[in-house]
Amino acid sequence: MSIQTPEAPLLEARGLTVRFGKVTALDGLDLIAPPGEVLAILGPNGAGKTTFVRTVATLLRPTSGQLRVRGSDVAADPVAVRRDIGLAGQFAAVEPTMTGRENLEMTARLFGHPRRAARRAASIVIEQLSLEEVADRRCSTYSGGQRRRLDLGASLVGAPRLLLLDEPTTGLDPAGRREVWDAVRALVGGGTDVLLTTHYLDEADELADHVVVIDHGRAIAAGPLSDIKASVGRDVIEVAVTDSSRLGEVGQILQRVTSNPPRLDRSSGHASAPTAGGASDLATAIRCLDEAAVAVDEIGVRRPTLDEVFLTLTGNHADTPVTTADVQNGSLR
Amino acid sequence: MTMSTMTMTRTITRPSAPPGAARASLEVARRALRKYIRTPGLWAMGIVQSALFLFSFRYVFGGAIHAGALSYVNFLVPGYVATIVLFTGGGIAVAVAEDRAGGFTDRLLSLPLPRYSIVLGRTLADSTTNAWSILSTAAFGFLFGFRLGGTLLDGLAALGLCLVYGVAFTTAFIVMGLFAPNGQAAQGMSMIAFVFAFISSVYVPASTMPGWLQPFAKYQPVTPMVNAVRSLILGSSSDVILALVWSALFFVVFTPIAVVRYRRA
Repeated sequence: MSIQTPEAPLLEARGLTVRFGKVTALDGLDLIAPPGEVLAILGPNGAGKTTFVRTVATLLRPTSGQLRVRGSDVAADPVAVRRDIGLAGQFAAVEPTMTGRENLEMTARLFGHPRRAARRAASIVIEQLSLEEVADRRCSTYSGGQRRRLDLGASLVGAPRLLLLDEPTTGLDPAGRREVWDAVRALVGGGTDVLLTTHYLDEADELADHVVVIDHGRAIAAGPLSDIKASVGRDVIEVAVTDSSRLGEVGQILQRVTSNPPRLDRSSGHASAPTAGGASDLATAIRCLDEAAVAVDEIGVRRPTLDEVFLTLTGNHADTPVTTADVQNGSLR
Repeated sequence: MTMSTMTMTRTITRPSAPPGAARASLEVARRALRKYIRTPGLWAMGIVQSALFLFSFRYVFGGAIHAGALSYVNFLVPGYVATIVLFTGGGIAVAVAEDRAGGFTDRLLSLPLPRYSIVLGRTLADSTTNAWSILSTAAFGFLFGFRLGGTLLDGLAALGLCLVYGVAFTTAFIVMGLFAPNGQAAQGMSMIAFVFAFISSVYVPASTMPGWLQPFAKYQPVTPMVNAVRSLILGSSSDVILALVWSALFFVVFTPIAVVRYRRA
């Protein structure tokens, strides 16, 4: 039985576990996402992001636990789930020897549209994603960004209620990423719910209302992105030294200025340390480096990277589990 | 008209039902055929290769091979046409493996079409491209001196049987493609078909092979399949039932494996 009331959560995972032989990709994941928003799944490579999306898309069956998409159970009623979702994957799954329009019409018919409705759906999507100029060219001539947009379009022709984007901008140049982000934002403005996975923090920043951070197949933090960053990360001062034999000295200076233990990367000649003082700490650090006559290639304050967020969430603070104010056990709100 | 459509907010209505098996299979087949037709390397190289091969056997090796009562060209061509898909079918396995590795199969599996229509559509498309290989190879056979021994009707029946084999072999190649991690591996795996093509009665009578090789050559499926085509051309029907049973076995064994394997993609 599928229950499709307006109150049904967009996604509801309870103890969701997916194993491949001895490898556990999802290890009892709990997550509830309300409808009407963009949810980003963040995590390092191998955390289980793609496995989660593939399970939502009914490409994988849960080994144990439950997953409901808009009230429909992925194992018991996969066809109902497939009618509700549109999947755009890591690889742009368009047929290069067909034109953009042909690709869209084919997918529309496979969603169940009769011929005329399929043509109409294709032309609407072409307009929506500004693909008019290239729509009747073979996809083999498309740029990376155009291909990815078309792939996105193919997931839209069936008017899905939930769009699944698995690392939608991996491998694209900055212009291509912008193109895809603009397209996703326009869709969200039109009321489509989106689940996206990414390992770029800025992508989540650009697109998502809420994030779930997963690691080793479990949700380790969830909530609005700003809360998560606030809970784990302060700004970071990062220095690239010209002569990496002086990295130790730089580390000492950073420790003195920020009163935090520095991280040193000898191979790249980078030293960094979290800072509470931001710009004034930066000014002090520059002065101290100058006094010590250390040649610096680059110095600056930046926000913590996803890697650093992870290190904090998974490593340093392992004994004090992170819970943001409005979040318990991976569920939002 | 354009004015009114421009000013209206156009939204896509949700399809009222998932696609039926027929529509879905045809759509899957159409895409595979378009890819084949629009990639000249696929169909043109197939013809060149099969013509060169046939030419070599007919004119280079043929003079040294004695095929009993039949002239060698009349012995060779029916068997060669019947098994041409064993050579061109590697392309099927490669296409299937590449669709899986490249995400196209994932896209199909995330759509609400009946999953067996992915296999049906694929089989339909490949049977069509096989028909192209079979017909073009037969045409070269006639060009190189092959002549029908019986009536035209007998010849057409033999051709029909070759098309049936094409479907049977296709299901095996689809399964190979589904077990290969990528296109190159699929190409390698499909070489196994050469074993069946060569150690058979296609090129030489099996009775001329060494004793230890004869059991395999005589009882593997390709030999009765080829013998059936030869006998149809001569107006007899020996081995035809056995050949049809083998074809049905291919279909019945490999299709369910393919359907299950696609589900696990």
